[in-house]
Amino acid sequence: MSETVLETRDLTKKYNSFVAVDHLNLQVQAGEVFGLLGPNGAGKTTTILMLLGLTEPTSGSVRVLGLDPTRQPLSVKSRVGYLPDQVGFYDELTARENLTYIARLNPIPTPQLPARVDEALQRVGLREVADKRVGTFSRGMRQRLGVADVLIKNPRLIIMDEPTSGLDPEASLEFLEMIRALKREGITILLSSHLLYQVQAVCDRVGLFHKGRMVLQGTVNELAERVLGGAYRIQLQAEGDPQAIQSALQRVDGFRNIRQTGENLYTMEAARDLRPEAAQAVVQAGGRLYKLDVQTQSLEEIYSAYFKEVEHGTVQSSRVR
Amino acid sequence: MAQSNPAVSAKPQSASRPVREGSPWKGMWAVVGKEMADHLSSARMVVLEILVVLAAIGSIYVATQNISQNVSQDRFLYLRLFTTAQDPLPAFAALLAFFIPLVAIALAFDSVNSEFSRRTLSRVLAQPIYRDALLMGKFLAGLFTLALVCTALWLLIFGLGILRLGVAPGGEEVGRALWFLVATIFYGGIWLALAMVFSVIFRQPATAALTSTAVWLFFTVFWNIIAGLLAQSLSPIRFGTLGELLAQANLQLALARFSPNTLYAETMIALLNPETRSLGILLPTQMEGAILGSPLPLSQSVALIWPQLTGLIAATIVLFALAYILFQRQEIRA
Ligand SMILES: Nc1ncnc2c1ncn2[C@@H]1O[C@H](COP(=O)(O)OP(=O)(O)OP(=O)(O)O)[C@@H](O)[C@H]1O
Ligand SMILES: [Mg+2]
Repeated sequence: MSETVLETRDLTKKYNSFVAVDHLNLQVQAGEVFGLLGPNGAGKTTTILMLLGLTEPTSGSVRVLGLDPTRQPLSVKSRVGYLPDQVGFYDELTARENLTYIARLNPIPTPQLPARVDEALQRVGLREVADKRVGTFSRGMRQRLGVADVLIKNPRLIIMDEPTSGLDPEASLEFLEMIRALKREGITILLSSHLLYQVQAVCDRVGLFHKGRMVLQGTVNELAERVLGGAYRIQLQAEGDPQAIQSALQRVDGFRNIRQTGENLYTMEAARDLRPEAAQAVVQAGGRLYKLDVQTQSLEEIYSAYFKEVEHGTVQSSRVR
Repeated sequence: MAQSNPAVSAKPQSASRPVREGSPWKGMWAVVGKEMADHLSSARMVVLEILVVLAAIGSIYVATQNISQNVSQDRFLYLRLFTTAQDPLPAFAALLAFFIPLVAIALAFDSVNSEFSRRTLSRVLAQPIYRDALLMGKFLAGLFTLALVCTALWLLIFGLGILRLGVAPGGEEVGRALWFLVATIFYGGIWLALAMVFSVIFRQPATAALTSTAVWLFFTVFWNIIAGLLAQSLSPIRFGTLGELLAQANLQLALARFSPNTLYAETMIALLNPETRSLGILLPTQMEGAILGSPLPLSQSVALIWPQLTGLIAATIVLFALAYILFQRQEIRA
């Protein structure tokens, strides 16, 4: 299971003196969905281009399925699917013609070609519009066509650059479902995004990029713990002496960052779901418990909290593995 | 307005670079097939083709009329079809010299930049092919389309000729016409490669089209004037001796030959007028022993234009190589 599909070692890309990617170390295991996160200009696209051999690294090494993309670009590109940021098609051609061209480039043997194209269109639900010109397609349909385009070569690894940008919420959800389906088939996926809740919804692990460096890496929970002090946020509403309730909560082992967030409202972070302990503490302090909630942290919060810390200079590059 | 590509990264090819995996031409024929289908169905090409064919029919019609009235016994009747002009229509060969560059430019001015602007380039280059195959495929598709258009025109001429003149063309005539066809295709190849260079340099197809047309206009209208002026200033005539006159004329001709139009015109003259004995300045001594007006055999006419023909081909190759180098250095983010 834990076969490494993708590995970079001190991967660096400089544009003149500007460092776009700085000593990146990344490992993605087979069957995993990995999310590259970062603000605009963080270096996500540059990293992806280097993984595919479309841009040469300045230094460092890349291994994709055990191959070196700069030396064996053809082998890498025949096994890895790439869905670029804002993927484009030949608008005057039909969906089928667009895919046929890509299939010919691969090359898929002519006898199998029509069946493979149909199958790929079927898998993304575009079979009915196969003979429509792509110029008439909506953004969501184009994105799905992009996935069909990638699937046609039966890739073992798919790299997607901002796959849900520009999609409406419903189309995004559909798209994420498609990613899950691909994962179930055993395809490894690397995707970049700044739409955090979506990444959270599908990614097994994420890497947080900032100014060309991978500043955090791990599961969403690990990241939450590292940055926010816990993957679970517990909120409760209780009547009673605030001082007594707070100190009772503080005595419970595992609560961090306890704060009063409104009248009779308390919020805290924990590494586990500690709702029973919270209830017990409130009752022991003589409080009356009205509501008890637990949320898993959204990546959004991790993200903004992290960059707030960066601004205040309280963290340097650190990793969670 | 001339927005040049910002993403040209300074990327020196590392010296230790190992031999590339696989063939650089893998996938090229898929590109050729797709691009040719595009060319043949695009509205732009259809309009141009109709225009060329109409002009050709017009000039051939007039030429056949003229020929059947004047010269009845001529060994090279069919070649006269190419060269006979009658007001207001120019000769077919002159029409070609005008139209072929335009068709070639129309075929190539948006070949690379449109892939950028449609954001299809990174998707195509993420397939297991090299950039070489993409660029070469696009160039060959343009050249083949051009060849197809020209061949159709040639057939049209011979067809119309047989209909209107009522005689079959001779072998020598067909041979000369075929050589002229080859020269015409490579003359188009130069403009094709040039437009391709600009389509790599400029992100805006309109800029590339304008620049290509400007270069064509420069060579068509201004270069001969410039060559004359340059020759006058570089090799002035002080005493009016024959040597001075000759030196200036030779220099002017040499300069004029930097223009593909001159090379093509000379090729055209030598192939379509079998009487042509020399393309340079002819001295009376060189004419000794030659029967004036007697045609050269085809092989000698070809020998005469060999430098011009290789010049046309070499220019095509050099321009394509330039497009190739520029394209290799571009970073693909679209
Ligand atoms: N050809 C280039 N020359 C110089 N700098 C470049 C070049 N390409 C990218 N950069 C710089 O590299 C940095 C990383 O760019 P990259 O596109 O990888 O960011 P990104 O994380 O994908 O951002 P986004 O979310 O906007 O897509 C940016 O600051 C960009 O300005
Ligand atoms: Mg990007």
